[in-house]
Amino acid sequence: MALNVALVSPTQQVWSGEATFVSARTTEGDLGVLPGHAPLFGVLVDGAVSIKGTDGSTQEFQVRGGFLSVSNDRVSILTESVG
Amino acid sequence: MGAQLRIYRRRMRSVKATKKITKAMELISASRIVKAQQRVTASTPYANELTRAVSAVASFSSTNHPLTTAHENPRRAAILIISADRGMAGAYSTNAINEGEKLAALLRERGLQVSNFLVGRKAVNYYKFRNREMAGTWTGFSDNPTYENAKEVATALLSAFLADSTDSKTGVDEIHIIFTQFRSMLTQEATAKRMIPLEVVESSAPVSSALLPMYEFEPNAAEVLNALLPRYIEARIFNAMLQSAASEHAARRRAMKSATDNAEDLIKSLTRLANAARQAEITQEISEIVGGADALASASAGSE
Repeated sequence: MALNVALVSPTQQVWSGEATFVSARTTEGDLGVLPGHAPLFGVLVDGAVSIKGTDGSTQEFQVRGGFLSVSNDRVSILTESVG
Repeated sequence: MGAQLRIYRRRMRSVKATKKITKAMELISASRIVKAQQRVTASTPYANELTRAVSAVASFSSTNHPLTTAHENPRRAAILIISADRGMAGAYSTNAINEGEKLAALLRERGLQVSNFLVGRKAVNYYKFRNREMAGTWTGFSDNPTYENAKEVATALLSAFLADSTDSKTGVDEIHIIFTQFRSMLTQEATAKRMIPLEVVESSAPVSSALLPMYEFEPNAAEVLNALLPRYIEARIFNAMLQSAASEHAARRRAMKSATDNAEDLIKSLTRLANAARQAEITQEISEIVGGADALASASAGSE
C-alpha cells in the first residue's frame, strides 16, 4: 500500500510518485496522511509539505497556500507556487 | 537598361526583402508554437486537479456559494476577450473579436448590459477606435502569458463580480470568456465560454468517471469553496491565455507561410515579366540595327 502523490503548480507538475507518508499544514493545523486515509479536502497555509517516498527519502517543499485532497490513496497537492 | 525592365527589377528586390521578413517570422512562430504547446501541457495537471476538486466540493456541499449559483435577475455581464498584441496573424484577433460581438449581441437580447474586459492590444484598439467603454484592459503579454498575468485579470473580474450590480456601474452577474482554443497546429477556434456562474462539469478536462468520494472538508465546505473558486477561475483564465498564445503563434505561422508563398509566386511572375521585357528590348535593338543598316545600304546604293 502506498500513496499516489502529485504536487502540482499552475506551470508544472513539481513532483509525482509513490509515497508512504505526506504531511502538510492546513488552516486547522499540521496534517499527516498515511495510506488508507479517509477522503479529505483541506486548505493549506504557507508552509512546508513533506513527502516520504517509498524509497525512504524525504522531500520537502515550501508551498505558498494551496489545497490538499486525499481520496482512495491518491493525494494531490495544488499550490500556486513552490519555493 | 529600359525603363520597364528597371521597374520590374525594383519590384522584385522589394518583394524579395519582404519575403525574407515573412520567412523569418514564420520560422520564429514555428519554434514558439512548440514551447507554447508545452506550456499548455504543463498547466494541465493543475487545471485537471482543480476541476476535480471543484466538482467534488460543489456537488457534495449544499452551500450556495455566489460563484456557483446563477443570479436570479442578472443585469450586467462581463466579457473577457483574449486577443493578440501584434498583428501579422491572419484572422486570429478578428475571429476572437467577432466572437465577442456575437456573444455581446446575444447577451443584449437577454436584456443584459455588457462590460468589456480586454486582453491584447488588437482588441483594445478595436474598442478604442469605436469609442466603446472598456472596463479593464491588459496588454503586452499575449504571446507569453504568465500565471501572474492571469491572476491580475482574474482579480479584476472577481472584484467586478463581487461588487453589487444593482447600484454600481461596475458590478457584474455573469462572466464570459472568449479565447482561441488550440485544437491542433491547423485548427484553432475562437470559443466563448461562461465562466461564472460555474458550469462545474467541464468537458475539456477528463474528470474520471468514478464516483467522487465523500470528502471531509477542512475547515469546512464553505471555506474551502471560498478559497478554491478564485484559484479555479485563475487557472481557467491562465489555461485560456496559454491556449490563445499557442493559437496566436500557429495563426501567425500560417499567415506568414502564405505570405512567403505569395511572395515567391510574385517573384516568379515578375522574373518572367522582366525576362520578357529584356527580350523585347534586345529584339528592338536588333531590329533597330538591322533597320539602320538597311537604311544606310539603300542610301549608299541610291547615291551611286
